[in-house]
Amino acid sequence: MTQPLRTAYDREFAGIRERVLRLGELVDQAISRSLDSLQRRDTVQAAQIVEDDAEINELRFEIEEACLALIATQQPAASDLRSVIAAMNIVVDIERMGDHATGIAKTVIRMGDEPLLKPLIDIPRMVEIARGMLRESLQAYLDRDAAKAREIATRDDEIDHLYKAIFDELLEIMAKDPSSATRATYLLWTAHNLERIGDRVTNIAERVIFASTGDMQELNL
Amino acid sequence: MSEAPNHTKIVVHSLDFYYGPVRALSQVSIQVLEREITALIGPSGCGKSTFLRCLNRMNDSIPNTRIEGTVLIDGLDIYRPEIDLPDLRRRVGLVFQKPNPFPKSIFANVAFGVNALGMASSRLDLDEVVETSLRRAALWEEVKDKLDEDARGLSLGQQQRLCIARVLAVEPEIILMDEPCSALDPIATLRIEELMRELKERYTIVIVTHNMQQAARVSDKTGLFWLGELVEFGLTSKVFTRPDQQRTEDYITGRLG
Repeated sequence: MTQPLRTAYDREFAGIRERVLRLGELVDQAISRSLDSLQRRDTVQAAQIVEDDAEINELRFEIEEACLALIATQQPAASDLRSVIAAMNIVVDIERMGDHATGIAKTVIRMGDEPLLKPLIDIPRMVEIARGMLRESLQAYLDRDAAKAREIATRDDEIDHLYKAIFDELLEIMAKDPSSATRATYLLWTAHNLERIGDRVTNIAERVIFASTGDMQELNL
Repeated sequence: MSEAPNHTKIVVHSLDFYYGPVRALSQVSIQVLEREITALIGPSGCGKSTFLRCLNRMNDSIPNTRIEGTVLIDGLDIYRPEIDLPDLRRRVGLVFQKPNPFPKSIFANVAFGVNALGMASSRLDLDEVVETSLRRAALWEEVKDKLDEDARGLSLGQQQRLCIARVLAVEPEIILMDEPCSALDPIATLRIEELMRELKERYTIVIVTHNMQQAARVSDKTGLFWLGELVEFGLTSKVFTRPDQQRTEDYITGRLG
């Protein structure tokens, strides 16, 4: 019974999905490069990350415009409509994650060549979890996999846990040695940016569930 | 602030309809609330027009047809033998796909049913009914200075509103519309849709349409017919965003037709 009646729609929406994935890749790389610049204390690389953020912003607007055009010209309904609306929401969260990666890069620039207060242990761990969540949530979006999205969202707890551990540790260091406050704050900003990235992926997971099932629910309250 | 729920105007229970040996409707059950717009969608031949015509017994005149099940309007079975058919069709008016004005003046078109049913007691009375009906059909301002002109001189959109005025003149309770905009341009279509929203303040409307966006725009409830069955029926806002049935999903996303 099924006939290919919506080829124009399907083709255009496939293009949007590809660009959402591309946006996710750019931001995934930005997060990865921001950690790299921190570990290597590479302010040149950090400056490049800040500059490259423009491309992310541009692609986000491009996707939003394509979604608007698709709604206006193809009148999607039901799960098609939900998927387009979800794409519009998801690209906002991805783009904001790019801003958080930029935030880390700017901290690296601000740190200059001041020595790190402590070795980086939990921060790389946060990056690893966040990047995994981002990549898998986009795959779940493509697969319309609500169960996977729910599972991904639970991993935000690990990020929150690591953030709290970093926060407590840095607070303790600052209490003991107030002269360390500036250097501790750099690491705190970095961890905070990563914590926010985890929240953004949770938002994406919520949108994947909405696109797949129509349910709107807040995850990880 | 929740309003009191509307009274149930039409109750159809386990309706089957046959053209000869062919079953065109099977086990259709639906409840239509008064002062709501109910849209029926589905591919050609799915039974939605047949169903609509069961609601004022317009199928009675088609030979070799048979109906089973019940259709209640205000709790009364309209298929009982003692039902007065002209009165039923006065209460349950039908607007057709193509505007079908009589080859008479605009005034005479609106007055036609009123005269035929002897509903007006004087010419003054009739004038008032015609004006009120044309006003409710959002046509009065456009035709008030040419009521004696031939109705066929109106644009198609105006003709369709005239046909609606003709239905309104005999004081119906329910208005059935069978693809009322399929012959109209987009502006005339939007005008009819606006009119439908005004009319639902007073009347219960059931519309059959091929235009899914029209169903989404105007109706409170939407029902999907498929191969003679009512596959899904519910709030329009839900049917077009989160339908319960896969078949509805496939139909409204254009993946089944």
